[in-house]
Amino acid sequence: MTQGILTAAYLAASVLFILALGGLSHPETARRGNLYGIIGMTIALVATIWGAQITSYVTLFSIMAISAIIGIIVAARVQMTAMPELVAMLHSFVGLAAVLVGFASYMDPTTHYEGVEKTIHEVEIFLGVLIGAVTFTGSVIAFGKLHALITSKPLYLPARHWVNLAGGLACIWLGVAFVGAESVPAGMLPLLIMTLIAFAFGVHMVMAIGGADMPVVISMLNSYSGWAAAATGFMLSNDLLIIAGALVGSSGAILSYIMCRAMNRKFLAVIAGGFGTAGGAATSAEGEQGEVVSTSAEETAQLLSEAKNVIIVPGYGMAVAQAQHTIQDITKKLRDKGVNVRFGIHPVAGRMPGHMNVLLAEAKVPYDIVLEMDEINEDFPETDAVLVIGANDIVNPSAQTDPNSPIAGMPVLEVWKATTVVVMKRSMATGYAGVSNPLFFHDNTRMLFGDAKASVDAILAGV
Amino acid sequence: MKIGIPKEIHAQERRVAATPETVAQFRKLGFSVTIETNAGTAANFSDDAYREEGAEVLEDTRALWSQADIILKVRAPEPHPTLGVHEAELLQEGDTLISFIWPAQNPELMDRLAARKATVLAMDSVPRISRAQKLDALSSMANIAGYRAVVEAATQFGRFFTGQITAAGKVPPAKVLVIGAGVAGLAAIGAAGSMGAIVRAFDTRPEVKEQVESMGAEFLLLDFKEEGAGAGGYAKVMSPEFIKAEMDLFARQAMEVDIIITTALIPGKPAPELITSGMVESMRDGSVIVDLAAEQGGNCALTEPGEVVVRHGVTLIGYTDLPSRLSTQSSQLYGTNLRHLLSDMCPEKDGRLTVDMEDEVIRGATVIKEGQITWPPPAPKIQATPPAAAQTPATPEPVKAPAKQSAKRKGWGGVILLAVGGLLLFGLGMVAPPDFLAHFTVFVLAIFVGYMVIWNVTPALHTPLMSVTNAISGIIVVGALLQIGGPLDSPVTILAGIAILIATINVFGGFLVTQRMLRMFRK
Repeated sequence: MTQGILTAAYLAASVLFILALGGLSHPETARRGNLYGIIGMTIALVATIWGAQITSYVTLFSIMAISAIIGIIVAARVQMTAMPELVAMLHSFVGLAAVLVGFASYMDPTTHYEGVEKTIHEVEIFLGVLIGAVTFTGSVIAFGKLHALITSKPLYLPARHWVNLAGGLACIWLGVAFVGAESVPAGMLPLLIMTLIAFAFGVHMVMAIGGADMPVVISMLNSYSGWAAAATGFMLSNDLLIIAGALVGSSGAILSYIMCRAMNRKFLAVIAGGFGTAGGAATSAEGEQGEVVSTSAEETAQLLSEAKNVIIVPGYGMAVAQAQHTIQDITKKLRDKGVNVRFGIHPVAGRMPGHMNVLLAEAKVPYDIVLEMDEINEDFPETDAVLVIGANDIVNPSAQTDPNSPIAGMPVLEVWKATTVVVMKRSMATGYAGVSNPLFFHDNTRMLFGDAKASVDAILAGV
Repeated sequence: MKIGIPKEIHAQERRVAATPETVAQFRKLGFSVTIETNAGTAANFSDDAYREEGAEVLEDTRALWSQADIILKVRAPEPHPTLGVHEAELLQEGDTLISFIWPAQNPELMDRLAARKATVLAMDSVPRISRAQKLDALSSMANIAGYRAVVEAATQFGRFFTGQITAAGKVPPAKVLVIGAGVAGLAAIGAAGSMGAIVRAFDTRPEVKEQVESMGAEFLLLDFKEEGAGAGGYAKVMSPEFIKAEMDLFARQAMEVDIIITTALIPGKPAPELITSGMVESMRDGSVIVDLAAEQGGNCALTEPGEVVVRHGVTLIGYTDLPSRLSTQSSQLYGTNLRHLLSDMCPEKDGRLTVDMEDEVIRGATVIKEGQITWPPPAPKIQATPPAAAQTPATPEPVKAPAKQSAKRKGWGGVILLAVGGLLLFGLGMVAPPDFLAHFTVFVLAIFVGYMVIWNVTPALHTPLMSVTNAISGIIVVGALLQIGGPLDSPVTILAGIAILIATINVFGGFLVTQRMLRMFRK
């Protein structure tokens, strides 16, 4: 195959990737978008395999067949509630692959560069391996946290910022040593040490981030996996890798930005660790506690049946309790009765961007009644009943009223403006941010205590 | 302890302090209940209904008062018409009385009750704080009065409330002006609005504008700034300039509207006169004014308390017993208010009443404690309307200034960033080989394309977006494929082989799971 055809194939693949991302702008075009992605990937792989000098096609195809089967099984089996874990796991693969390709590229005896080109090439390798390594261990830890193998509480080492800083400086110093190395074996040691430091850094970084900040972490790792691919593209002088990597990298970066904005927090602050490090003392300042009015599932069912407009606000608790199917049954029953039921989704509800949407889609909730915070926030005053399921901080009015609150300024769903709010909750414990929620003490708030799944089952029986 | 519920003796009073439902709940709290025969008849609760819930029905009024430890009433005690004795005298020493008292207006009654060494809780003195709303009988009664005011107005008014276009001609909707948007005013707005009238409302407290609008009425604004909120969420007396502007507004409205419902009250003061005789004269014949402040002298100059009169062709309704005219409803709500109060005062559910003077709500309601007059209570700690309303206009100012500054700084930051970026690019162009720059161009352009495309992605699809970008970043397999050319046992080939293995999982898994998810999104 000529270089020309290969380049043309890569160009086609790049265009298809862009179309794939563009297709995701709307649920109707999304499936076509995914198809574009698949075609693009196929073209890229066929062209590469055809064009490259492959020693053993049998080995290659058997390797790829094994992975394909693993990939298909995983994709077909995964529970929708476990999507964040799967995504984290897949990120770690990209990261590890980037590390391996980086090492292979460095050891590859067939490539020879001189002068500035050699320096640039080695810097690219160094960066590619660094980003890949951080992505790899970071994603593994994120997977562990999401899968509850590791506690989702943030873990703080003493002087952790200094540890990170020392690690960063060491990496720069090792980088200089690596680029200055005369031969491949001489450069291997700094590269290896740097990889280990980067591994440790990835672990440390994600360990310090708490469960509810996971949407940011997942999108950040998504971004990193893209940059790792792009760096690999640079080291191999491959435009397709650069383009695909840059697309993924910027996509993840934008998602991280959106998530941070939804929590009104700075990206660096999230990465530096969870709440409670600064100004956490302010939480107890407003001792304004009142009386909580609790309710029963029957009363809630009656309330929902008699309402005209109902908004359901799900949170991570719904995912934990696997309550989405029952919620859909309730929604269906209510809609058959003529109740206007809609869903209000906060951007950071759940453990990854769009987590709630996927769960509701899995339960066959029509997507046109699942609305974003900005779309639905104005409708709460005309709403008769709001059902809050397993959400806390995202419906906390003190984000708007209490300037000393750790979540002050965070955009929240204004559920308290509705006529009645039913909050389903296990106990009176505070949410992730450790902020007490004055919503629970509002006059129009009713608390429905108990396991979310049991409660929604009881409500379903009552409507 | 025994709860006694005497029949109300005030003329035309149809309410009763307990319903069969609340009797059942009192018994659950551990109390026994005695009720005077026919006490609930006027509110459509028969003696049998009370008996069914376990109440004892007594015919002898004196026996009822002497047996009971706690007396629940609606109206304040007054001279009994048939027994020839003041109700306060019937109260046993050391007993507890819970009813409306109006201690400010009835100092003589207070002395009588204190002399009985009684404990008296006045339902009208419950502090107006959020926590006490469930036992706020004034609100429940005001709500009913507001509703009933509209019903009374509709009875007297000669036309529909709603506008209609019929074969027999076009009917314009009635225009209703509600003055004072407290609980009664809001209830009136709701009732009139749901009957189809065009409703306007005025209140001296601008923070109720939102509440008025939420009920579907138009809030009339004055071109005049003065804060009208006094302590406890009530209105206060306004300045003469304000009152003049307000009167001008009413005069203009009087010529336009068909029905005026006034609910303006200032605590401890006679009701302000808002509708002058001249305004009544300027209203169309057949118009109706309902004066909910009639008992405190009336908001309209021509109101006759307790009567319906026609002046200048306008019907003036001055009933002072509107809640009693909806006796079943008002007994139910009042009974529930009492039930909430008793369950607060009987936390152990053992049928004993504890008067906890540390509790702000109970402290406020208790006007006489064991013969000691404890009224008025110390000022309430929290205002019923949150101070947020007062703060809102103040807060944007200090916020704005730093925002502007930071915007300026950002502008400079942008320039500096551009300059630094330009210099860096220039430096790069000096040293980097053209090959690298070509790749770099592609890289930067791809970032921008990604940036533009991703902003269009709907938030609902963020998870599929992630999994598809994940699959796309599996493109790194291409890099590994390019390195697999060497001998099978070389370290490069082995490393590349492992990379292919894991990256391919990504490609297949990512695309497939995306497909699976997207298939679930349906209308």
